[in-house]
Amino acid sequence: MSITTIADFVPTELARGRGGGGPAPTRTVVAYGFWIFLLSDFVLFSGLFAAYAVLSGNTAGGPTGSELFNLRNVFIETMCLLLSSYTAGLGALSAERRQPGSFLIFSAFTFVLGAAFLVIEAREFARMAAEGAGPSRSAFLSAFFTLVGTHGVHVTSGLVFLVYMVAQVVAKGLRPHVLRRLLCFSLFWHALDIIWVGVFTLVYLMGAR
Amino acid sequence: MLGRLSWAAIPLDQPLPLYAMGAVGIVILVVLGIVTVKGWWPYLWREWITSVDHKRIGVMYVILGLVMLLRGYSDAIMMRTQQAIAVGDAQGYLPPDHYNQIFSAHGTIMIFFVAMPLVIGLMNFVVPLQLGVRDVAFPTLNSVSFWLTASGALLVNVSLVIGSFSRASWWGYPPLSELAFSPDEGVDYYLWPLQISGIGTLFTGINFVTTILKLRAPGMTYMRMPVFCWTALATSMLIVAVFPVLTATFVMLLLDRYLGMHFFTNDLGGNQMMYVNLFWAWGHPEVYILILPAFGVYSEVAATFSGKGLFSYRTMVWATLGICVLSMMVWLHHFFTMGAGADVNSVFGIMSSIIAVPTGAKVFNWLFTMFRGRIVFTTPVLFLIGFMITFVLGGLTGVLLAVPPVDFVLHNSAFLVAHFHHVIIGGVVFGALAGINYWFPKAFGFTLDDRWGKASFWCWLIGFYLAFTPLYVLGMMGMTRRLQHIPDPSWQPLLLVAELGAIVIFLAVLCQIMQLYVSIRNREVRRDLTGDPWNGRTLEWATSSPPPAYNFAVLPRVETIDAFWQMKRRGLPAVEPSYEPIEMPRNSPIGIVNAFFATITGFTLIWHIWWIVIIGLLAIAVGILVFGWSENREREISASEIARLERARLALGRAT
Amino acid sequence: MADVRLFHDRTPGVEEYEPTANYWSYTAGLGLAILLTIASFVVSQTNLLWPPGIPMGLIVLAFAQIGVHLVFFLHLGSGPDHTNNIIALAFGLLIVFLVIAGSVWIIANLNWNMMEMPR
Repeated sequence: MSITTIADFVPTELARGRGGGGPAPTRTVVAYGFWIFLLSDFVLFSGLFAAYAVLSGNTAGGPTGSELFNLRNVFIETMCLLLSSYTAGLGALSAERRQPGSFLIFSAFTFVLGAAFLVIEAREFARMAAEGAGPSRSAFLSAFFTLVGTHGVHVTSGLVFLVYMVAQVVAKGLRPHVLRRLLCFSLFWHALDIIWVGVFTLVYLMGAR
Repeated sequence: MLGRLSWAAIPLDQPLPLYAMGAVGIVILVVLGIVTVKGWWPYLWREWITSVDHKRIGVMYVILGLVMLLRGYSDAIMMRTQQAIAVGDAQGYLPPDHYNQIFSAHGTIMIFFVAMPLVIGLMNFVVPLQLGVRDVAFPTLNSVSFWLTASGALLVNVSLVIGSFSRASWWGYPPLSELAFSPDEGVDYYLWPLQISGIGTLFTGINFVTTILKLRAPGMTYMRMPVFCWTALATSMLIVAVFPVLTATFVMLLLDRYLGMHFFTNDLGGNQMMYVNLFWAWGHPEVYILILPAFGVYSEVAATFSGKGLFSYRTMVWATLGICVLSMMVWLHHFFTMGAGADVNSVFGIMSSIIAVPTGAKVFNWLFTMFRGRIVFTTPVLFLIGFMITFVLGGLTGVLLAVPPVDFVLHNSAFLVAHFHHVIIGGVVFGALAGINYWFPKAFGFTLDDRWGKASFWCWLIGFYLAFTPLYVLGMMGMTRRLQHIPDPSWQPLLLVAELGAIVIFLAVLCQIMQLYVSIRNREVRRDLTGDPWNGRTLEWATSSPPPAYNFAVLPRVETIDAFWQMKRRGLPAVEPSYEPIEMPRNSPIGIVNAFFATITGFTLIWHIWWIVIIGLLAIAVGILVFGWSENREREISASEIARLERARLALGRAT
Repeated sequence: MADVRLFHDRTPGVEEYEPTANYWSYTAGLGLAILLTIASFVVSQTNLLWPPGIPMGLIVLAFAQIGVHLVFFLHLGSGPDHTNNIIALAFGLLIVFLVIAGSVWIIANLNWNMMEMPR
């Protein structure tokens, strides 16, 4: 038995728009796969958000959110992360237009802003722990540190990813597989900002009331 | 230096695990010895261990599942025997602490390291072939997934020799699983391997969603995909949707145990029910992850062996997607009795009843497919028929349990144990065995012996009913699950019948081993030369048995459902196609290297050997970064090589 | 292989052939996001919004800002080439909703029925 083949295949009307165009290009496959991974990451965070929502009232006689949260710092953190998303986006544009110089500059800004976010967050955590409001003080604090901390771990990984990608661009240039990975980095970095919108709204703004 | 690991961790005073591991250790050493003496390591390393080929990875998953089935079965027969003899004054041979570890290990291994690998293995092997493409979207990630699963399986089994396993069942509910009540390494032996293999499974889900949605042969629209691919898609979507919830839940329990947090503890604000809630939010979709691929297998088997297309393809697709979505809305039925009010209970009870509807539609479709077909009664068809009867009965007991007042009587009784084994064995195990018998010739080039296959089917069927029907009766008589000692002597006759059933299942396993032995011994006579031993309908049968590394020399042009059937009706082309060079991904050791360090990291996390944990994590990170830097990840197969292979295949096919 | 593709399947964030990807898109997105962030902080810290409605207001603002990110930074669209992406996102949102809302509803119900004291 053999397979019927036609030399030049033109998809019929039926195939068009119903997914009959054959295997997608590698860039599409990689980006879509990474998008699905990000959705799975959103689900991971939803588990942590659910735990926070359920446990946020269980302060075990210890400090509450309104006592602990410093909204000025949260606003600065939010602006840092948002601006870093902006510079990451501009960096992605530069990469697509094959401008490695601009890409490196925008990446530097992205890194600095992301690092600033982490520094502020780490100092907040340290302050709270020193005041006796560490993660083992109550269920509320366990949920808070884990949710916000997991986001922080993701941001840290993102910075490592960024440094690695900058190294690849410098060493290998803006070749197709490097560009695909930069695409993955942008998706990752924007997704982290989306999660942060959820965090600062549900944890800090609602918790501080 | 070595955390809490010491010589005391080896159970020198407990004969059972010691002898068991001794026996297994000898078998492992013998196998490794034979491989070394025969010089097979280079071949194994090149062709299997570092392979990124979905066909090889699929076979390895199935082998892992079948080997772990032996371990899970040994736990089962030990429990059955204990329950059969420990009645009244008799104490049996398994002390309670032991018994608790055994039922915990049994559930954990059967779900995570038998059922999941079998189902994922079949998906791996079949889906790219049925879609008419060369491999999955991310072949190297596929290898990483497999080896992480194997790493988890290894770590769970290490608990037999070094330390002890969890006594908190395959769920690990707090507060029992918290430090206050399980301070030793047991629960950690449950949590870390499942986290490791959970990451592997998540990657598989991502891989298959992307493959099925973005990589299909030209002309294969969504509604021309084989039904097995639809069920594989629904399964993969569920994996992506719910495994992160399990990961998050286990992270929280691990943080409680390792860093003294209070998510689920009894004090300082923890809420134990939140664990139960989140666990089952994963747990219910998990059982649909197990059953949907089996449904896909049954659809393929029914159509092929009835000589007819599947009845009502459209409703099959919609039923599959309906089950996928509904399965995420029923999870509370696993804890009806844990304090929710009537409003919550009735909503979830109704949803649980509704989900039986699309499943029922599927059963009717299989029946209508077989109706007026020319049925060939092969082993897969017997499993199909056995499944339809068994699964419907098991599903009915499930719908019974979905009614909250009934569940208040029967929750966590032997009735429940009978129900879920009914649907898992009747559904998942029968489906996996049907799939293995069906696709074995495609994978290895020769068919399995049908007589021994049918013998194994009958032993499975009879053994299953003998082993579990008594449990329904016992459940209604008041017997709860997980009993190490039977207080009521009137239960013993039924428990003896159940023990007999377990022994008949052992015979079924023996029949399967004989089937393999006989088939391999007679493989030259049983060779499949055409690549299409069953007169199949879907594209995997259009390749040789086994297929070449690249699957299809030229991607098939698809114009209908059951593309291969259509192509057979049209006949062979007059002209040989012009072959072009094909780029395939190179093998990679990253899968096994990653899993090696994951195993070490997992083991040292369990035993609190922190400095090795750090080294392990760094090694994993370095491995990923080094792999990410590599170039030349693809190799080219020349057009002349392809032409040579294809002409050889056609000549072999004409020789029959 | 000389395959003819009639339209390009797009994914989130793809910049190639992407008419919506330019400096204006990102800058507009940034501007909107800053406004929405300030609005959230203002709504939560003042009584501009009717107090019992503040949680809902914050949630609406959060969704709006997430939408801004998806459209302006990730270039998610509604055309046929984005169908897979939108369905995947919708599925993801369904799960997030079920997990969070489901857990909150269930645990609240359990706490009430089991007379769990706030602790």
